[in-house]
Amino acid sequence: MWGLLNIELYKIAKRPRTYIAFAAIAAIVLIFQFAFKADGQSYMDLMLQNIQDNFELDKNLAINGYFMCYLILNTLLVQVPILVALVAGDSISGEANMGTLRLILTRPVSRSELLWAKFMAAAIFTIVLLIWMAFLSLLVSTWIFGIDDMLIFRVKGDESQILQIAADDVLWRYVAAFAYAAIALMVIASLSILLSVYAENSIGPIVATVCIVVFLTIVSNINVPVIDKNVKPWLFTTYMVGWKGFFYIGTDAEGMPIKGSVENWASIRNSITILLAHIVLFFGWAQFTFRRKDILS
Amino acid sequence: MKLKHIIFILIGLSFLSSRLQAQPAEQLIKQVRERLDQVVDYEAEGTMKTNVSFLKIPVSKITMYYKKPNKLRLKNASGFSFLPKGAVNINMNQLVQNENYTIIDAGKETLNGVATRVVKLFPLSDEDEIVLSTLYIDPTNLVILKSKTTTKENGSFELEMKYGKYIKMALPDKINFSFHTKDYKLPKGITFDFDDGKNGKVTKKNPSKGTAEISISSYKLNKGVSDLMFK
Repeated sequence: MWGLLNIELYKIAKRPRTYIAFAAIAAIVLIFQFAFKADGQSYMDLMLQNIQDNFELDKNLAINGYFMCYLILNTLLVQVPILVALVAGDSISGEANMGTLRLILTRPVSRSELLWAKFMAAAIFTIVLLIWMAFLSLLVSTWIFGIDDMLIFRVKGDESQILQIAADDVLWRYVAAFAYAAIALMVIASLSILLSVYAENSIGPIVATVCIVVFLTIVSNINVPVIDKNVKPWLFTTYMVGWKGFFYIGTDAEGMPIKGSVENWASIRNSITILLAHIVLFFGWAQFTFRRKDILS
Repeated sequence: MKLKHIIFILIGLSFLSSRLQAQPAEQLIKQVRERLDQVVDYEAEGTMKTNVSFLKIPVSKITMYYKKPNKLRLKNASGFSFLPKGAVNINMNQLVQNENYTIIDAGKETLNGVATRVVKLFPLSDEDEIVLSTLYIDPTNLVILKSKTTTKENGSFELEMKYGKYIKMALPDKINFSFHTKDYKLPKGITFDFDDGKNGKVTKKNPSKGTAEISISSYKLNKGVSDLMFK
């Protein structure tokens, strides 16, 4: 199994398209950092709106590394599923397309083991991608913008809120958020592998994954009561932004933030459970299909 | 003989008491101003707790700088925080420093067990930002315990002061500053939030009113404060 995994990782590392993901993330993060270094105040003015008449805020300090990382993740974690699909969607269908799948399966390797190796390689790729993202968006941002308390702008029901998290209470939230993002992206990887099992070329499962994610993300963000109640709770895209839950700090009766707290742990636990259930469902389905598949290419 | 003495003392006391009560409001304000005039400048360290329905922010460490006649600046000791802009009005000198207003004696009122004199100040100048100030003055200690101020453009605000070891200089240990603020509303979808199932309709606080509780731990009095601190 370890040998199979090494081979799969070697294949991913050898493919040029793998590095598109790293380059794309670097480009997006750097352009964000440049834009905010040049004119971050405009964004702050937009978010603070009319309360600027009542309150004074040192915006230069508010636009710090922690704040930047949150903004970048907010944007990037919508696009990263596409980058994960680029690699995971190619895992089985790519072999089929090149005619190597039948060849691999003639060796003393079970289909289940091969699929596990593909899934784990995709998971490792996802984690390395997230580490790269963390390096650029968190470490480089703190180096450029410095460290201070973190501001979160949030719409909660009918209420808009501004949360401030103390600088020494932020880092563990990012560790948790990146771990959560890894689980969320593994749902995408398992979906891509499932679609890849059915396809004979690389493009199909990649495009199909992207289309499914985009469509379901739109459904997850539509505010229609019937959909809110009956559809959204079952969609994995509803929980893709669940990493933000770690930044919704708990408050006391007077509205003062409580250090080390999270507003709704139960909701985060529930989201993680649903995402894990999707991974099991998609990967289990892929295993089931792949084991019975008539390999002709 | 003894009875005569007692009657004489009682008459004297009642006369003195009536004289004290009848102390004109102008005189009271003058005495309060004299008290405040002892302070040329100060640098105060303390904390500020802001209570506004849409702001979930921690207690911040602040430094307050004052310089005669009316310079006052509130700064974070470290990092950043949301500082109410009207907090500059916590400067009592600003309210009573000049004599360009009409003083009206508005009677007496008991405030937290302290009998206070209520004095209203109406600025004479049309240019003045303040429209009306109501001061609740402790006539024994000659300090302002509470003030209500209405301004032309920045709404109205209220101050309640508690005094401790700096009472002789008329400097409070605690200031409760109440102000009006606009409601904060972001367009839905702009922040791409995670719906954690908790609705945001639970806040009981008045969205248009905020308070800032300032607790001062120490004052550095009349040691000189650079003008750069107020820029």
